Amino acid sequence: MNTPPLLHTRRLVFWSAYLALLVVAPLAVHKGYWLSLLCQIGINTIFALSFNMLLGQTGLLSFGHAVYYGLGAFVTMHALRAANASSVHFPITLLPLVGGVAGLLFGVAFGYVTTKRAGTTFAMISLGIGEMVAASSLMFPAFFGGEGGVSSNRVVGKGLFGINYGPQIQMYYLIAGWAFLSILAMYALTQTPLGRMANAVRDNPERAEFVGYNPRRVRFLMMMLAGFFAGIAGGLTALNYEIVTAESLSPYTSGLVIMMAFVGGVGAFFGPILGAALITVLQIVVAGATEAWPFYFGIIFLLVVLYAPGGIAGILLEQMKLWRSGELRRLWPSYLLAAVPAVILAGAVVFLVEMSYALVNSSKTGSSEVRVFGLGLDAGRALTWIGGAAAFAVEVALLRAAARKISGDRYARPLPQGRS
Amino acid sequence: MEFALISLLNGVTYGLLLFMLSSGLTLIFSMMAVLNFAHASFFMLGAYFAYQIGSATSFWVALLLAPLLVGVIGALVERFGIRKAHRFGHVAELLFTFGLSFLAVEVVQLVWGKAAVDYRVPAALQGTLFTLYATSYPIYKAFMIAVSVFMLAGLYSFLTYTRIGLIIQAALSRPDMVQALGHDVPRIFTLVFAGGTALAGLAGVIGGNALVTEPGMADAVGSIVFVVVVVGGLGSLTGAFVASLLIGILQTFMVGMSYSFVDFARAIGINIHSAPLLARLSLTQFAPVMPYLLMVAILIFRPRGLMGARES
Repeated sequence: MNTPPLLHTRRLVFWSAYLALLVVAPLAVHKGYWLSLLCQIGINTIFALSFNMLLGQTGLLSFGHAVYYGLGAFVTMHALRAANASSVHFPITLLPLVGGVAGLLFGVAFGYVTTKRAGTTFAMISLGIGEMVAASSLMFPAFFGGEGGVSSNRVVGKGLFGINYGPQIQMYYLIAGWAFLSILAMYALTQTPLGRMANAVRDNPERAEFVGYNPRRVRFLMMMLAGFFAGIAGGLTALNYEIVTAESLSPYTSGLVIMMAFVGGVGAFFGPILGAALITVLQIVVAGATEAWPFYFGIIFLLVVLYAPGGIAGILLEQMKLWRSGELRRLWPSYLLAAVPAVILAGAVVFLVEMSYALVNSSKTGSSEVRVFGLGLDAGRALTWIGGAAAFAVEVALLRAAARKISGDRYARPLPQGRS
Repeated sequence: MEFALISLLNGVTYGLLLFMLSSGLTLIFSMMAVLNFAHASFFMLGAYFAYQIGSATSFWVALLLAPLLVGVIGALVERFGIRKAHRFGHVAELLFTFGLSFLAVEVVQLVWGKAAVDYRVPAALQGTLFTLYATSYPIYKAFMIAVSVFMLAGLYSFLTYTRIGLIIQAALSRPDMVQALGHDVPRIFTLVFAGGTALAGLAGVIGGNALVTEPGMADAVGSIVFVVVVVGGLGSLTGAFVASLLIGILQTFMVGMSYSFVDFARAIGINIHSAPLLARLSLTQFAPVMPYLLMVAILIFRPRGLMGARES
């Protein structure tokens, strides 16, 4: 009866499957391009989950989480340089731990100040700390390497059994190993009294205080641990790219991790894992296809905030609930009905955005032709704009009607009582 | 002496500009508990609108029209965005405005390009007002001070002496009671949001040509404005005023001083030969991080801010 929560059969199956996926994933891809994408996903997963220790579990929205990631990366890089320069032998395998400890120490230093307050004030202070560290990266070129950053070589010596992390595939397994351990540790943390108290502090700090816990202390502890895992992610980045620049601790990186965690869903533990994978893939695939990618990212983010604040994980959990209660069988025709205008609407938005960019660039390129999904359009003609705008308006109306029908269908019958 | 006076004047100009931004942010925050992350984006929009309107007509038309236009956009954002996000709580609201600030930069880059636009001080306001010792003081800076002071006096009398100002003040502390008395509180919220963003727009109009009008200007100012609000104490207009001037003056003085700790020690008769890097950095180099250091110091010694009413 009192099985430790990690050892439930279902959880064991789930974690083993995840481990197997991590091991098998690089075998499915052949090109180096996809392998480096997988490496990036692994690093971002740790980073996004460490961010969610604050936002999802403790209710602290941090606008400066890249500080711990970036500083962890820089410290790891300097450790790597030291290992390269001298005969001091430190196993490369354990080097991300150096980043983790750096992240932890900076978490202690900055967290002492930031966690004095919660809520909106915490958000502002974390932004200020983030800006401060980003600004000081230009003040200390000896440590941050100025514009060019700091670089080194991750192959030090021969390594054990020929594993020197020279080939990317070895690097992948290093990242996968650290990612698996970190994710497991972060999950285990949610089951500990500290993890539970963090949730209590998030939901009602006053009551947490009545139970005898100091909310500030709980926030501080969570901040330190989040800094530790962000530092591990930073250390892995340093090893993976063999260069660290000031961009890794910039407000841009802080924004990116917010996006990964929030789009994935902060309400469930696995949300940021999904978000990190999705955003990393989108970033590389969409940025390769169009220069308007920051615009699409902004739109996606706003849509999630306004219409699906639970993120992808929230949507999935909702559908699971419906499926268990048998409601999904009744609803799926309406879903299909809604999917048609949704897809066309997305297409119309892409057309309009691409035409805008083409029109602006036409003075440079000399042509206002756009090709979207194999269709050639002239952004210089009014007719294409009218067509795009009309499609947009019609599909918005249709989608709203479909959404009304779904919620009408869903609440037409009361949900069966019992487990839901 | 000359340096001190000129720096003081420049610092007050910058501080008043900061207050124009932080006053709107504070009003919006204390009324709706919404921290408008995109506040500096409205500042940027004000500058770009003024550039566009000013190049078609004149600066004076832009001075009037651009803030109004920004205010209308602010009202639309509140009505159709923030009110929707409000249902999901404060985090969603904050993230909505965060996403908006990201999108604003993208749209500005799309319309006006990535480089700075040529938004200049109008010819009538170019020139020197007076010369102090050897440094000349431009007319435009005096104009900026005049507009800020005029606007602040207007805001103060609007909030204290007009009927709607009193209702806004009442809605600040007891929105449900004001609602019960028959006032449309959501509409007052929209109005305050529009007003706050219009103030930011006005700051953009008069600040855009004194600084540089470029897509990065929102990020450059935005975080400083947040620091001002935290240092002053959340929700306190007086606090925001004091903190704006403090940070404006301090930063202007520091930019002008190239002394480092080592120089200072030498001046009082101690010669330091091997000092760490930190001690060699001049005050000028410290200027960009000063506001944040000040914020950290305030948080350690006075967590509620200079004039904050309570700790939250």
